[in-house]
Amino acid sequence: MKITRKEVDHAARLARLALTEEEAGQTTEQLDKILEYVAQLSELDTKDVEPTSHVIPVSNVMRDDIARPSLPREEALANAPDADGEFFRVPKIIE
Amino acid sequence: MSGLTHLTAHALSDLLRKKEVKAVEILDAAFSRIRAVDPAIRAFLTLMEETARKQAASADERIARGQAGPLTGIPVALKDNLCTRGTRTTCASRILGNFVPPYDATVVSALDKAGAVFVGKTNLDEFAMGSSTENSAFQITRNPWDTERIPGGSSGGSAAAVSADMCAVALGSDTGGSIRQPAACCGIVGLKPTYGRVSRYGLVAFASSLDQIGPLAKDVRDAALILDAISGKDPADSTSADIPVPSHAAALTGDVRGLRIGIPKEYFISGMDPEVEKAVRDAVDVLRRLGADIREVSLPYTPYAVAVYYILATSEASSNLARYDGVKYAYRAGRPSDLLDMYMKSRAEGFGAEVKRRIMLGTYALSAGYYDAYYRKGQQVRTLIKQDFDRAFENVDVIATPTAPTPAFKVGEKTADPLQMYLSDIFTISVNLAGIPGISLPCGFSSGNLPIGLQLLSKAFDEPTLLRAAHAYEQSTEWHKAKPPCAKEGAGP
Repeated sequence: MKITRKEVDHAARLARLALTEEEAGQTTEQLDKILEYVAQLSELDTKDVEPTSHVIPVSNVMRDDIARPSLPREEALANAPDADGEFFRVPKIIE
Repeated sequence: MSGLTHLTAHALSDLLRKKEVKAVEILDAAFSRIRAVDPAIRAFLTLMEETARKQAASADERIARGQAGPLTGIPVALKDNLCTRGTRTTCASRILGNFVPPYDATVVSALDKAGAVFVGKTNLDEFAMGSSTENSAFQITRNPWDTERIPGGSSGGSAAAVSADMCAVALGSDTGGSIRQPAACCGIVGLKPTYGRVSRYGLVAFASSLDQIGPLAKDVRDAALILDAISGKDPADSTSADIPVPSHAAALTGDVRGLRIGIPKEYFISGMDPEVEKAVRDAVDVLRRLGADIREVSLPYTPYAVAVYYILATSEASSNLARYDGVKYAYRAGRPSDLLDMYMKSRAEGFGAEVKRRIMLGTYALSAGYYDAYYRKGQQVRTLIKQDFDRAFENVDVIATPTAPTPAFKVGEKTADPLQMYLSDIFTISVNLAGIPGISLPCGFSSGNLPIGLQLLSKAFDEPTLLRAAHAYEQSTEWHKAKPPCAKEGAGP
């Protein structure tokens, strides 16, 4: 086994995904099969190989610090599942 | 005027400029075609008729003023992961089912400025995760060549819409083959540009180091015209390349004499469909007869590409999709007991099975204790795959391969086995990992009358050479002129 049910439950919590009992079982089986396939990478010696995170070597792309108009509040709130006209509304965070 | 819908964008543009037809007539024809054909194909999630009418009217005014460009008045479909201001953009996901973007993707504004007419938003695998368009939360799109079969994916709606003549051209996105594989399945042209050639601003992110927007078209010239319109540096996407954009349409000279074309032996694997292999080898013979210099090349790390992709793409996806928390936009589950419960339930109810599977795989691969074994290892093998191409392109200008190992498979055939589904991208994935451009174009048919795709690849930012080779092949064959059963003359408007 490459992955256990306990590890799936842990990853689901990290990913903020509520999985049903059935989904968690099925996910364990499917991820195990995929990780089994992925394990072929361990055949390769990559000791001195640099990792590629991005094919274009860009970093710290800067622009001039010029004030620009931002999204009007009405438009920013238009897609909110819950808003009071001024703010996004969420369940109580601090007990 | 009838007989408009089967025309390419450049043919329509010629008619428009000669004043033989109006943009509003082209649009009428497109919508009658959509109404006649789409109930069986189901390529569109949202039609943009109101927007399109305004765009077509202003295109006609522009043409009357003599200010038309090559895309003015041309009906275009947009994959529904491209943000359109004021028009629902769902990503074929329940979680974005009601999302109306407050801005346009850069490619969308570029086409709008060029005078294009947006007919609608096309279906896809949810969040572009899939190879069959069966992972859409809303509907299954059918292949116009055989409605029992998938159109490919994830840009299956865009590919089917172009193939069935419901629009002249379409935009898609390609993270591991999502433009090229559906183009092959539907018998059209699909181009994934070099990473960084086209701005990703306003493309709903899946895997940011791999995603790229590109055209699906009826021929190579149309693909080149779209690329000309959408390429270039965009301040809103820091990964867009600040490299001058040549005219891709001007590169289509028809001349491939002396062009060095490499055939990678690793792409002609045992067990591949013999009809696909024959069609691709015949295509290479055509290029040889046109004067190309055909050579064997080796890309030895090819067999590892799918494994690398499913670590890196899922890792990036797990991070990108963390934003769907049900707070500022997108779906929120009803009556959560607290904040954590709101996140957990909103995401559980909002995402489909494949998206959850990939978020889980990516989260696991990035989690403490596994990072080196999976994510770092994947990035290192990505380097080896990229170096394979760097070495090959020292000796050749273009590489030719099949686009997909088989023609379009049947609806439901691979849904039970995610790994089998992933392997249908085996020939397209390396290209995204290396960041180079690739194009798929029709090169024949199976005995069951299903289209087969030829894939051509080139060095980064060498789309002019890539398109020149593709165009020369296309123009010496008839494959791109074939129409699916539902699009033959006399079948509908």
